[in-house]
Amino acid sequence: MTERLVVVGNGMAGVACVEQVLKHGRPFDITIFGDETHVNYNRIMLSSVLAGEKDFDDIVLNDIDWYKKNSIRARLGVRVESIDRQARVVAGSDGSFAAYDKLIIATGSSAFVPPVDGVNKSGVFVFRTLDDTRQLVELAGPGIKAVVIGGGLLGLEAARGLQVRGCDVSVVHLAGHLMERQLDPAGGAYLARKMESLGVRVLTGRNTEALLGNGHVEGVRFRDGEEIDANLVVIAAGIRPNAWLAKAAGLDVNRGIVVDDRMRTSDPRVFAVGECTEHRGQIFGLVAPLLEQGKVLAAAIAGGNDSSFEGAATAAKLKIMGVDVFSAGDPDDTKPGTEAIRYEDPALGVYKKLVLRGGRLQGVILVGDASDDRRYMDWLRTGKDLTKDRRHLLTPPPAADAGVDVAQMPESETVCGCMGVSKGDIIRAVHETGVNTFAQLKDRTRASTGCGSCGELCKSLLRAVAPEFEEDKVKVLCDCVKFPQDKLRDIIRSQKLKSVTEVLEIYGNGIGCEVCKPALAYLVDVVHCGGHEEDRSARFINDRVHANIQKDGTFSVVPRMRGGVTTPAELRRIADVADKYKVGMVKVTGSQRIDLLGVKKEDLPKMWADLDMPSGQAYAKGLRMVKTCVGSDFCRFGVQNSISTGIELERRLENLYTPHKTKLAVVGCPRNCAEATVKDIGLVGQDGSWQVVVGGAAGKGVRKADLLITVETTPGALEAAELFFQYYRENANYLERTYDFVERLGIEKVRRDTVYAPEEARHGLLERLRRSKDRSYDAWLERHDPRPGQFVEIQPMEGARIDGTR
Amino acid sequence: MGRDNGWVRVTEVANVAPREGREVRLNGVAIALFNLGGRFAAVENRCPHRGGPLADGIVSSLGGSVTVTCPLHNWRVCVDSGEVAKPADAHACVRSFPARVENGIVMVDMTAAALEEAA
Repeated sequence: MTERLVVVGNGMAGVACVEQVLKHGRPFDITIFGDETHVNYNRIMLSSVLAGEKDFDDIVLNDIDWYKKNSIRARLGVRVESIDRQARVVAGSDGSFAAYDKLIIATGSSAFVPPVDGVNKSGVFVFRTLDDTRQLVELAGPGIKAVVIGGGLLGLEAARGLQVRGCDVSVVHLAGHLMERQLDPAGGAYLARKMESLGVRVLTGRNTEALLGNGHVEGVRFRDGEEIDANLVVIAAGIRPNAWLAKAAGLDVNRGIVVDDRMRTSDPRVFAVGECTEHRGQIFGLVAPLLEQGKVLAAAIAGGNDSSFEGAATAAKLKIMGVDVFSAGDPDDTKPGTEAIRYEDPALGVYKKLVLRGGRLQGVILVGDASDDRRYMDWLRTGKDLTKDRRHLLTPPPAADAGVDVAQMPESETVCGCMGVSKGDIIRAVHETGVNTFAQLKDRTRASTGCGSCGELCKSLLRAVAPEFEEDKVKVLCDCVKFPQDKLRDIIRSQKLKSVTEVLEIYGNGIGCEVCKPALAYLVDVVHCGGHEEDRSARFINDRVHANIQKDGTFSVVPRMRGGVTTPAELRRIADVADKYKVGMVKVTGSQRIDLLGVKKEDLPKMWADLDMPSGQAYAKGLRMVKTCVGSDFCRFGVQNSISTGIELERRLENLYTPHKTKLAVVGCPRNCAEATVKDIGLVGQDGSWQVVVGGAAGKGVRKADLLITVETTPGALEAAELFFQYYRENANYLERTYDFVERLGIEKVRRDTVYAPEEARHGLLERLRRSKDRSYDAWLERHDPRPGQFVEIQPMEGARIDGTR
Repeated sequence: MGRDNGWVRVTEVANVAPREGREVRLNGVAIALFNLGGRFAAVENRCPHRGGPLADGIVSSLGGSVTVTCPLHNWRVCVDSGEVAKPADAHACVRSFPARVENGIVMVDMTAAALEEAA
């Protein structure tokens, strides 16, 4: 009979262990109990869900099909309440029983809630599960004063997410500095300074005594009597292993469930894995060692070999609001026999400390620049004698190329810390399963599917070992000028090239084509903020005559109608113009404007004059429109004035070119009647705030826009939109829509470079936008001073006089 | 008049912007006239694909010859021979006309066109 395997716990450690068991190919009849109602998801990514970078669905690791495909009985929403080790049966909270031959306890850990008064008030949360996160997402927003109790890893991630959602955030920490488990006081101070500069208040050395308020939390009081306001409190004061079930069953339990090197508990049929365990007195909370435990456990019950878990060097690497923090080993330099080597740059916010003992690395702290983390990790793991390297401990050795670095990495070195994938695993995947692309590698080994920070390293490894590695090709703009767009942008800036012709003559074939010329025309314009030499021969016909060419060579005319708002007088003029010039069709567009189709080129300037309205740029790679809903002026649901905000936004951005067409919308409430969440930039009004969303699409594909920021004021929302607009103008490739651009860079980088960029950077973006805007003008005004033959046919100086024809 | 008396004075050079095309009607034929910097070229202003106005296209180059890219579907037509250069298997062409500049005036030779019409 097939052995019955019961797993208590449906989290990352337990399910990863089951995946390993399945790999061994030995059949088990598997049942997994999970007290959460969700399938296995990536708990590390909850902070990204809180920050709005990922949706709940994005962090699922094993969907329901995985359970079905592997014939695993999933008992979700059922908590195991007891284990009868004599009868070998577990009892679920729903009254069910499950018999086992082998049992795995993977109950994880729970948030530790310190015993202070008032923790049961409403508005007080922990940050541990998907459901916790959902509740925080619902409540967080501008105007909310959020206090995070706990300045450790989890607390800081919660603070970041809440801040992105617009909360006014304070972090309260008991110890004298942030992340005291990983950082020393100086490192903690660097991190605190950086967080403060990004708008999160940091209060260290505060002993929380009580949460105040009548029913709902209203404030936090510290032991010294100081009080601060709060209407949302997140407790992130540490975690405790969930060991009560094992303890009640009579298994050996200290702080966690005691396991040996093969992950066995004191009962040979019962195993444990993950954060609930205690191995050689140590409890592990980071994902890599927990996955390693799962592998060992799987081998113990299914593989028959005797691999063992020997513990792991602890290392934490994370990014808090764009600040790299890395800590590994024991960075305590107060113990006798240790010596510390430090490097600090307060202006850059970089702090590094290495702690040596007997010439070998004992611990390391990096804040603000963690680019060397692998080197230090390697020194820690191998215990290398560093006497000869003393001159280069804090500066990397002379630049070697990435291939050499990868070659020098030992096979056992971990590449992906989240998923516990070593260099050897990757090489095996290449040789045994023929992995040739990064996507295949992620699929086969799960490398780089956690935090993703090892992506580049994975790629350089593939480059080195996969014989047919398919690299993302360096895409040159065009055969006429063989440079990638980034490079061309640099060239134009540094060489101060002001015209398309100059670029083509110096760096290209001198002539160009319909692919590169419009792109270069765009680049010289944006790089010089409109101070370039405009060359219409490089522009598409639409941008020469400011109308959209149709299949029969006629043109269409779309006047600007800001926010989709018009007047009876404008409508009369439009109707008169349509009659006078006998336009083929009058059409209301999807952008809340009116299109006059079938217009002859020579009629264009006369029509514009009769219309007496500005160009709607409906033909250009530029700002098209700002679509609006009725908003608070008339709509009974409106909470923000979408019309006036939309019109103002359109005024600020109109007449500018963008890498591709740009469509915006502003809506006055979350009902989203003008579909702002599928626009390039959308402003979504809420009661007392705006959500600014970017990178949406409703074209060939549909993509929900990402949340850039939530802000309280309308000027703040307009500024956020301007920051993104200019950032997109300056950094996207020509013909790259915002949704591809945001997808390529990641919303986190976009945020860091725009709304969360340092003051000078934000000011620079706005200043360059202003300069471009000052030089821009309504293209239809060219009717007053047309270029030779811009609109009219050339009249020959004489007729053809040829014998036989006259 | 002789066979090469079909040269027509069309317009001043300054009326066609460098690297751009303009339409002109000669003998009832719509012609796309291109200012290529040092010289001019003229072809029939009608893309063999779907009749797009070649004079509205962007001047480009392909395999050493100067082409114009039709604004409708990006076919490329050689401005000197009138042959379609892209797509390569189109095997189509438009009529081309010799063009030259004399004393700042663009001249186009309509002899061939006129003879065709007369025939």
